[in-house]
Amino acid sequence: MPGWPSPPSASPSLVACRSARPKKAYVPGELWPLSFTPTQQAAADALADLILPPEAGGKKPSELGVPAFIDEWVSSYYDETLKDRPIILAGLTWLDAEANRRHGAVFAKLTEAQQGGIADDICGVKPVKKEHKPGQDFFKRFRHLAAGAYYTTPQGMRELGYVGNTPSATFDGPTLEAMKHLGLA
Amino acid sequence: MPIITEKELRPDYDVIVVGSGAGGGQSAYTLTMNGVKVLLLEAGRNYDPATETPMFQTPSQMPLRGMSTREKPFGFADATVDGGWEVPDEPYTQANDKPEERFWWWRARMLGGRTNHWGRISLRNGPYDFKPYSRDGLGFDWPIAYEDVAPYYDKVELLVGVYGSNEGLENTPDSPNGTLLPPPKARAGELYFKKHVAKLGIPVVPIHRAVLSTRQDHENIPRRLFPHNPTAQKLTAESMKARAACFWATDCVRGCSIRANYQSTTVHLPPALASGNLDILCDAHAREVILNDQGKAAGVAYIDKKTGQERVVKARAVILAASSGETARILLNSRAKRPEGVANSSGLVGKYIMDTVGAGLGGRVPAFENLPVHNEDGAGAHVYVPWWLYRQQHARKLDFARGYHIEFTTGRQAPNLNVANPAAPGYGRAFKEDLRRTYGSFVGFSGRGEMIPNQDSFCELDPSVKDKWGIPVLRFHWKWSSHELNQAAHMQRTFKEMIEAAGGSAGNPTTGDKAIKPGGFIIHEVGGGIMGADRAKSVTNAWNQCWDIPNLLLNDGSAFASNADKNPTLTIMALAWRACDHLIEEMRKGNL
Repeated sequence: MPGWPSPPSASPSLVACRSARPKKAYVPGELWPLSFTPTQQAAADALADLILPPEAGGKKPSELGVPAFIDEWVSSYYDETLKDRPIILAGLTWLDAEANRRHGAVFAKLTEAQQGGIADDICGVKPVKKEHKPGQDFFKRFRHLAAGAYYTTPQGMRELGYVGNTPSATFDGPTLEAMKHLGLA
Repeated sequence: MPIITEKELRPDYDVIVVGSGAGGGQSAYTLTMNGVKVLLLEAGRNYDPATETPMFQTPSQMPLRGMSTREKPFGFADATVDGGWEVPDEPYTQANDKPEERFWWWRARMLGGRTNHWGRISLRNGPYDFKPYSRDGLGFDWPIAYEDVAPYYDKVELLVGVYGSNEGLENTPDSPNGTLLPPPKARAGELYFKKHVAKLGIPVVPIHRAVLSTRQDHENIPRRLFPHNPTAQKLTAESMKARAACFWATDCVRGCSIRANYQSTTVHLPPALASGNLDILCDAHAREVILNDQGKAAGVAYIDKKTGQERVVKARAVILAASSGETARILLNSRAKRPEGVANSSGLVGKYIMDTVGAGLGGRVPAFENLPVHNEDGAGAHVYVPWWLYRQQHARKLDFARGYHIEFTTGRQAPNLNVANPAAPGYGRAFKEDLRRTYGSFVGFSGRGEMIPNQDSFCELDPSVKDKWGIPVLRFHWKWSSHELNQAAHMQRTFKEMIEAAGGSAGNPTTGDKAIKPGGFIIHEVGGGIMGADRAKSVTNAWNQCWDIPNLLLNDGSAFASNADKNPTLTIMALAWRACDHLIEEMRKGNL
């Protein structure tokens, strides 16, 4: 839960939106200014697409506004989001610096194999070297936010097999197939 | 919703009701159906669920994906407007800064109050729950028994519409045939747990919730509710006809624009307004109950929040249903004639505040991985575990005296920002595949248990802090006893056993002081004006009337002498209906 134990502040937040407007679709940047520089934006796009590659026929996370959500998140003023802000912003800069060090170009300009080489070192599958520690903390948090943002889009929900939130006259319960899967039928 | 302005106020009313939630809404409904002229004062703003309910926004259409924030603790789409544990301009204080001695006071400054977002879980108190002291020597007996309230549980269930089943379980009352609506089918995960925890002796049965699983029988129910009152029958039938059945989508916490679930604003207030007997004044913050020279309630002084001006309205009787805390605050602030506040000769106004004991534990059940895809949404919980250890507890084999029920969630639920397991490593196809496989295998268990009233949990007026309008605010004192702490620990141990019985792995249970949610967190605040048989030891009598002032009633959770694990809303409504029937009778007899 981002932030509610703290005293309210005058910082950008949802104070003006205590009542959600029922039919409105909000977009990042609408309620408070965003933070990513064009360079950070490019790195965030590339990293989100690397972490969550599209299925056949699907859109890339960068095309679905996933990095824009992360920008909205780190640009807001709640305890939890403020904690993420330096991790994400400094992390994106670290990512470009690391890309430059290894390949002489920013992360977004690397080949997928080169990007993967950096990600492999910080993604937690194998032990992370001490010098990659800042990258590791950043990657973990970025991945969590990117996955949360991606799987809350209609495309992401479809991929997960979430088929709820569909009005119907009756609630039919589990299918026979599902019951068999669980040994209940 | 049509409301009046201050200019349209009548010079006097039969009854002023303060607060428009479960207790206030029920009071306004019962009274106006019987021709009583009522003014309802609501401290919050007007709210129209038909046009304002944010039912259909998906997470990607909401700021921060709809996540919980300080302003919207239950997420962006929560029905609550102008409410939460913090309300601007309306502070409250704590006597002690220790986290475990703080009370979190949730308020909803809106028409309909907390009923707009509540969980809709509607369980009857059982016979034991009205006589807890007689059973185990702790807390207080109510001056009424289950049999006194049962007819009103019937009425409320028929009026608001409650789905559920009769299971014939101990201290878990059945409803008369034809009262409950059919329960929705249990989900795959719910059935899986039912099968696997049976060996632990734990029953999983349909839960009761105030949601229309089918449309109401508008031809017969109004006749059952008001056998000799054609006007009330007609008004109630019209309102029932206008309610749709649940369409099994969107989260009830957002509220319901099609009126398929109970909110005061969807069930109580529309027919009450249609009667022509109800005026509603919003943004009217009650400050003080006005007494006449005989010491009876004569009206209410309130602040018009739009202008900051104080006004007085008059009536023959006053009902406070402002929420347990706010009702105590109004009584304590009514100091024009008595420094200790009104209705407080016992000194017990604000005392014995209770919440529900809450603790949770999560886990993962691999059997749910790759479950064939189907719609698992439905309407909130479909099953629960009623308290099942009455005998062991009565035989003193447990280290806590009162019970709890269990609510749990399984399956592929609407994804939110925390859909990914933070511990899952990697990226790319393997990461996605892992997430897709495990999504839906996570389970969450919550216990909701009875807290025993104690002398260290109460509210009083803060000696110095005032709200924006200069009204002294509440200061809370809070302490759990070992009964609550041990119960919370027992909850977590039980959840682990249940998850493991289903072949899953669970988090680690901890000690009670770490497991228990803070006071006020479950938002089941009751007490502060408890009812009793002895006027020296209680604030109200068996009819929610203040002992000191019989034409002043406390019709919210204030009068609760105990707080069973059954969730208070249904009982608040049943008691309010009963109290209003009695009030009408007393007014007719000229006793008030």
